[in-house]
Amino acid sequence: MQTDDVDLRVPFGALTLPNPLTTASGCAGYGRELAKFVPLDALGSVTTKTIMASPRSGLATPRMAETPSGMLNAIGLQGSGIASFVKHELPWLAERGARVLVSIAGERLEEFAEVAEQLNGQPGVIGLELNISCPNIADRGQVFACNPATSYDVVRAVRKVAEAGLPVYAKLSPDVTSITEIAAACVQAGADGLSMINTSLGMAIDLDTMRPAVAGGTGGLSGPAIRPTAIRCVHQVHAAMLAGRIPQVPILGMGGIRTGRDALEFALAGASGLAVGTALFNDPAAPLRILDELRTELAARGFAKFTDAVGFAHRPVTAERLS
Amino acid sequence: MAHPVQTEAEVLSSTAEGAYHRLVLRAPEAAPRVRPGHFATLAVGGRHSSMLLRRAFSIHRADVEAGTVELVIAEQGHGTGELRRARPGDRLDLIAPLGTPFPLPDGPVSALLVAAGYGIAPLLALGEEIKRRGGQIGFILGAPTVAQLYGVEQARALTQDVLVVTEDGSAGLPGPVTEPLAQAIRAIDATVVHACGPMPVLRAVTGIALDLGARCHTSVEEAMACGVGICMTCVLPVVGEDGVSRFVRSCTDGPVFDGARVRWNDIGTVPADLEGAAAMGVKG
Repeated sequence: MQTDDVDLRVPFGALTLPNPLTTASGCAGYGRELAKFVPLDALGSVTTKTIMASPRSGLATPRMAETPSGMLNAIGLQGSGIASFVKHELPWLAERGARVLVSIAGERLEEFAEVAEQLNGQPGVIGLELNISCPNIADRGQVFACNPATSYDVVRAVRKVAEAGLPVYAKLSPDVTSITEIAAACVQAGADGLSMINTSLGMAIDLDTMRPAVAGGTGGLSGPAIRPTAIRCVHQVHAAMLAGRIPQVPILGMGGIRTGRDALEFALAGASGLAVGTALFNDPAAPLRILDELRTELAARGFAKFTDAVGFAHRPVTAERLS
Repeated sequence: MAHPVQTEAEVLSSTAEGAYHRLVLRAPEAAPRVRPGHFATLAVGGRHSSMLLRRAFSIHRADVEAGTVELVIAEQGHGTGELRRARPGDRLDLIAPLGTPFPLPDGPVSALLVAAGYGIAPLLALGEEIKRRGGQIGFILGAPTVAQLYGVEQARALTQDVLVVTEDGSAGLPGPVTEPLAQAIRAIDATVVHACGPMPVLRAVTGIALDLGARCHTSVEEAMACGVGICMTCVLPVVGEDGVSRFVRSCTDGPVFDGARVRWNDIGTVPADLEGAAAMGVKG
C-alpha cells in the first residue's frame, strides 16, 4: 500500500469531508490565529471554541497549569456571544473555505436552543457540537452530561430547532459512572453523533503559594495524560453500538491526540472523526503532520481507506492475523 | 500581531551569563520580522516530551544579516532547565516573532527604560532604536541581588544614564527598582517610560510614570499555554479605547500594553464591570 494512495475521506451527515481531522473545541479559538500555521480548508473541519448566548468574561487568572503529559485549564468559556460570532467570525471562516463545526453551550436548555437556532442557514456551518460537559461552568453540580435525563433534554431541545440535515453531536464527559448510558440517552434524543471526550476534572496545588494552581480551584485535564481514558470511552460506546444497545452513530474521538499513531488508536477503538486539542498549544502545525503520519500508519497496516480502520479493534482476532 | 514563523532553529551558541543563559538561534525567516518587544516560544524536548507547554521568552535581539534570534533564559523549572542545557548544533522548535512590540516614536524623544532582572532583554534593542531616531535614553536596571542583574554593560555602552538598583544593596543603590524612578524621569525629562518585569513592578512603574505625566508602555509576564492566541489562558483586564474593560490576551494583544489601560489592581480577579462578568455571576 502506497502512503499517498490512502483515502482519508469520511462521510459527515450528507457531506464527504476530505479527512477526519478537526480541532477540539476551545483549543483553536475561532480559527484566525491557527490559520497562520495551518490552512483551515486543509482540515476536515474546524471546531470552534464554545459559543454561548451572551458575552462571557470567563474565570479569573491563573487559568492553567502544566501537568505530566497534560495541562489543567479553567477558562470558563470566555467569549463574545453568538451575535458577535455570527457577525464577525463565521463569515471570515466561510471565506477561507473552512467547514465549521460550531460548539455551543447554555446554562439552561433554552439557551442551547436559542444559540442553535441562530446558526441555521449560516454559511460554512456543517454541524453543531453541544458542549454539555464543560467542567468549568459556574455551578459544577449542573454539568448536563452527568445525567442521562438532562443530556436527553438538551439534545432534544436543539434537535427540534436545528436545521433538518445539520448533524448535531453531543460532547460527553468521562467523569460519569456509565458513559454508555449517557451516550444512549443522547442518541435516543436525536444526536447524530457523539464527541468523546471532554476534559476530565482535575486539580493541582501550587507548592509556592500552597493553594490550588488555577484560580477556579479545579480545572479540565487534557492532553496525552487522558488518552487511555478517552480510548476506553470510545471503545465502550462503540462496543455498545455494535451490540445493538445504542443505535449506531459516528463518534468524534479526542483526548491527547498528538501523533498519527494516536489518531489511529482512536479509529481502531471506533472513532470515525478525530479532534486535535492540547497538541495545538505545543505545535500549532500539528494537524497536517498528524494527517501525514496517519496516512503512513494506515498504509503500513494495509488499510486503503481510513474508514476501513474504524472500529477494527472490535473485530475478533482471526487465525490469519495471528500467523 | 506579527506573522509568526515556526521553525526548527539550530542552536549556534548557548552561554551562561551570570544567573541567566543566552541562546543564539539560527532562524533566518523569523529574524527580519522581529521588533523590540516581540517574544518567542520554544517547545521543550521532542515529540514525546511530557512537558507539553511551550516556554515563552522576550526576544533579546534579532540580527537580520546573521539570520539569528537571541533569547535570555532564566532557569525556573524542568522545562527551562532543559532549554538551558541545549548545546550548539541542537535544534529547537521555535515560534517567533509573537505578540505586539513596543510602540516606536516618530522622532526624537527622551525615554526611560526600566527593567527588573532579565526584563532588560527586549529593552536594549528598543534603546538602540530610540537612539537611531534621534532620541535620548536612560536605564534603570534592578534586581534582588547583584547576581540577578543582567545587561548592565550593554546598557552602559548605549548611554551614560544607567542606574543600577538592588534590593539587598549588593550593587548600585539599595532598594526596589522603583525607588529612583521619579527622580530619573525628571533628570532626563522623560516623556515616555518603557518597562519590562514582573507585574507588581509594572504596576508601580506605571503609577509613578503617569503621576509625572509620562506615558508608560509595559511588557507583561502572564502564564500562557500556547503563545499564539488560541488557548485564552493569559488574559488580563484592560480598558479598551471605547472605555469598556475586557479580558484580553497578553500573547496577541500584548505583551506590550499601555500601562494606563491595564487594570493592575484587578489582575487575578473578575471585576464586576468587565464585559461578560455578569454571565459569570459576578455582581457589582
